[in-house]
Amino acid sequence: MALDIPKTRYTGSIKQVKLGGGDKAVTIGGETAYPFYLFEGQMPNLPKIAMEVYDSPPQDWAEAALEPFAGVTGDPVAWAKKCIDDYGAEMICLQLASTDPNGADRGADEAAALVKKLADAISVPLIVWGTANHEKDTEVFRTVAEVCQGKRLVIGPVEEGDHKKIGAAALGYKHTVSASTPIDINLAKQLNILLGNLGIPDDMLVMDPTVSGIGYGIEYCYSVMERMRMAALTQQDERLQFPIICNIAKEVWKTKEVKIPESEDPKMGDIKKRGILTEAMSAAVLLLAGADVLVMRHPEAIRLVREILAEMTAA
Amino acid sequence: MPLTGIEIFKLLPKTNCGRCGVPTCLAFAMNLAAGKSELSACPDVSEEAQAKLSEASAPPILPVTIGSGAKPLKIGGETVMFRHEKRFENPPGLALLISDTMPSSEVDARLKKCKDLQYYRVGLTLGSELVALRNDSGDAGKFESLASHVKQNSDCNIILMSQSVEALAAAAKAAADRKPLLYAATKDNVDAMAKLAKETGCPLAVKASGLEELVELTNKLTAAGIKNLVLDSGSRKLRQSFEDQVIIRSAALVKKFRPLGFPTIVLPCEMTDDPMKEAVIASIFVAKYGGIIVLSDFNGESLFPLLVERLNIFTDPQRPLATTEGIYPINNPDENSPVLITSNFSLTYFIVSGEIENSKVPTWLLIKDTEGLSVMTSWAAGKFSADVIAPFVLKSGITDKAKHRKLVIPGYIAAESGGLEEELAGWEILVGPREGAHIPAYLKAWKP
Repeated sequence: MALDIPKTRYTGSIKQVKLGGGDKAVTIGGETAYPFYLFEGQMPNLPKIAMEVYDSPPQDWAEAALEPFAGVTGDPVAWAKKCIDDYGAEMICLQLASTDPNGADRGADEAAALVKKLADAISVPLIVWGTANHEKDTEVFRTVAEVCQGKRLVIGPVEEGDHKKIGAAALGYKHTVSASTPIDINLAKQLNILLGNLGIPDDMLVMDPTVSGIGYGIEYCYSVMERMRMAALTQQDERLQFPIICNIAKEVWKTKEVKIPESEDPKMGDIKKRGILTEAMSAAVLLLAGADVLVMRHPEAIRLVREILAEMTAA
Repeated sequence: MPLTGIEIFKLLPKTNCGRCGVPTCLAFAMNLAAGKSELSACPDVSEEAQAKLSEASAPPILPVTIGSGAKPLKIGGETVMFRHEKRFENPPGLALLISDTMPSSEVDARLKKCKDLQYYRVGLTLGSELVALRNDSGDAGKFESLASHVKQNSDCNIILMSQSVEALAAAAKAAADRKPLLYAATKDNVDAMAKLAKETGCPLAVKASGLEELVELTNKLTAAGIKNLVLDSGSRKLRQSFEDQVIIRSAALVKKFRPLGFPTIVLPCEMTDDPMKEAVIASIFVAKYGGIIVLSDFNGESLFPLLVERLNIFTDPQRPLATTEGIYPINNPDENSPVLITSNFSLTYFIVSGEIENSKVPTWLLIKDTEGLSVMTSWAAGKFSADVIAPFVLKSGITDKAKHRKLVIPGYIAAESGGLEEELAGWEILVGPREGAHIPAYLKAWKP
């Protein structure tokens, strides 16, 4: 019996989306096969990694995650520059954590001024992430979108509850929308339809399926993303043919498992390496399921994932 | 190719005797086609039918068992490409490499690691179950004595790796009753290895350079009557090795291609010198589709996330993981500490207990058995409502641990607070946050 290599019958492809502008713009998507099934189709654009920057100094981070950013965590612009200059970030994701009404509740104008300052200071694409509070995100993103007109930001999370107002602002000022739904393929499709109806062009839309790390339900987002890719590539589900963004770093680094010192539980091994590996492995699992953009934190985890990406796609 | 239910039905006795456990032969045929019954359940099946059916009903990826002790490792037996289509069956074995050139202190340290690095999570003990002994010395005597040493000093299942048939024979005989995996038959030694596998009854790994050669070798071995095979396509480049895993799995499942219908073995330990990268490579093969993953070393920082990833990916999508009902003390609570209650869906438990730990506020967490459903789902199903929560709280023993009578319920079941105040006389019911992330702020503000 001779080997007859089975081929998946693909009927669709993922749409290409260009993020940012100028010569540092990046293009994502365009896949014509399941992730890394390069014997069946193409991945014309390698998945990209955006490095996280916070709008206020992190309070409860693991030591290992703070160390690479010592001296810059109080200044988002310096932080972003360090990511780009020292760690080769292709994109930056600004987490607007301090706008959280359950936290510091920083106002929309202040947040928008910071986004503008950061967007002016860097030339790589900028993702701006809110707090998933519909009212506050609406307020913040309407201001951000206007103040940063022409910066071609990526704005998220845009959810069903706030998609009209934030979507309209993004549309008006030409920013890309990250459509966010809670680990459900049907809700994801539904929101993509709604955003399409609103007039968001297909090349200004990415999907955030809501992800979590190893030990915290990664199997759910893994399977939802696999199903999204299956629907998009083999079932002509046109409203799921969008690139996927995974905001994974904060999910990994907030878990207790990356914060337990080795002295407390020797079987858990080196705390720093454990955090890095949990982030890198979670990212690897999401890449296999179809991630196009990974929002990541630790430079060493990013190095590992970049090397893995290069080897998975080596000629 | 698999037979349909109707094709199977034609081969059955059509007596509808019911002794197989279902009332009619047609129903039994349908079960056979769906893989839900075994042909041996039919008492009257003819030999001719048996031959035809056993060929057609054999699982597309044969299960292979390594080891014979209390916890043999079962791999293979997979039925789907994607876990959401049904579930992944047998988690890959993670093997710790031990070389026969290592000093005996290192060998013992590694055996100890294999035994000690176990983790308790959601009622399960996660750990590895496999050592890969490699004959780097080239000396058959050394390899044999390593195999005997491991057999005597460890319960782990064993892989024997050597290029020399002679060394494998010596070690296999020393550890034969442990049914080690013999690694590996190659095109140069296939006849001798077939003979050794037959004599010892051990499962056999097949190493080729590429899939075509692998197919030739497995055809030869199955023709010789050897069915317990594990496949190594030979590539040590990540891309090729990954693609080989996908092709082997899909050839077996989609095309029912028997020569590749076996579990695989992958060797991240031979793919990089960087232990961190090795761990990430291993995480890729846990998801897609390694049967055995051989690692150069075990360390808590890499083994723990790999074991948890394996648990996650191999969780049955139809049966969510659940944690045990009971009282969970977090941050050393006392009689004045707050009492929270939530569902026993493992994710709910991890997130809520993690946030409580983050808050550093001493807290009693009550976990109610909701059959593994999340707060909202179990509430909607009537498994997390006042009439079931109240008797549980009273019987849980929390009244001996906390002197106040205040119970914090999840924000999503705020509607139950009235019912609970009725059912729990003398208790004050407090509605907590909806989201786990808001628990620390809530607890910090809590007063007894």
